[in-house]
Amino acid sequence: MTSGLLFALVGIALFGLGAAGVLLIGHLLRRILAFNLMGSGAFLVLVGLAQRNDVPDPVPQAMVLTGIVVAVAATALALALARRLQALTGRLDLPEDDDA
Amino acid sequence: MKRLAIIAAVLAFAAATGAAMLDLAPAAIDLRTPAAAHLAQSGVSHPVTAVLLNYRAYDTLLEIAVLLLALLAILAVAGTPAAAPPQASDPVVQTLARLVAPLAVVVAVYLLWAGAFRPGGAFQAGAVLAAAAVLLHLAGLLRGWGFPPLRLRLGLAAGFAVFLTVAAVLAMRGALLEYPPDTAGMLILLIESGLTFSLGLILAGLFLCLAHEDETS
Repeated sequence: MTSGLLFALVGIALFGLGAAGVLLIGHLLRRILAFNLMGSGAFLVLVGLAQRNDVPDPVPQAMVLTGIVVAVAATALALALARRLQALTGRLDLPEDDDA
Repeated sequence: MKRLAIIAAVLAFAAATGAAMLDLAPAAIDLRTPAAAHLAQSGVSHPVTAVLLNYRAYDTLLEIAVLLLALLAILAVAGTPAAAPPQASDPVVQTLARLVAPLAVVVAVYLLWAGAFRPGGAFQAGAVLAAAAVLLHLAGLLRGWGFPPLRLRLGLAAGFAVFLTVAAVLAMRGALLEYPPDTAGMLILLIESGLTFSLGLILAGLFLCLAHEDETS
């Protein structure tokens, strides 16, 4: 097993943990963190698979670099929305979660 | 019951994907050879920077647009109360922040320059600049942002504007973002400088626009 493949497998594990977190956790801050974990897992898969041969492929690496920056922007927007929700309703979970 | 079903589904997905990874065929399209073959004409000698700002510069153009859009959305959501004065902090922390901030600017300029031939580039440099701004804010030396004034708004949009201008001029000469090989290096440096400046401001803004609300409430 090459180290690139190991990165990809760890990336899948992180993605799975994040996906379970997004689906199972009600608290919005923790849900945003879990969503970020999913993103990190996807990036790790891309970077890992790009270097499973001896010469790394620069295209997925550039994609990940773009992805990280967009993920930061998306996280900041999600946090702003969560804070707005807390300012308006005083709670940090979505109302439809109560029905489940 | 629902929790168990979700956990089982996630585990099954991870196991199936992991098995697929272990048994993965070589990539059908190998981009390493063409990426390396055209590196001499791309204006930079580091392949990742060449992909980001030459081969797939379109992605990067849209990326800076997405960042600007996210900041606009945050400004719209966060409202526009006046910026509160910074909270006083430990003088040791303040002195340290005053020392680190100029160093961070030097590191950012180095990263920007190094991007042409080794890992580095506009995004890393912008992140370092933004980190310096966040540090100054946490040390109580820099105010959180209210609604940004005109000068700041121009700075936030400058990187995207420079990139868009280069793209428009090149589109008139031929294809969108197809640099002529002899000026590619200069054009990439110009775009990256604009990107670094604006990215630093935008990433700092993502933090500082959310921070000021904290102090007023």
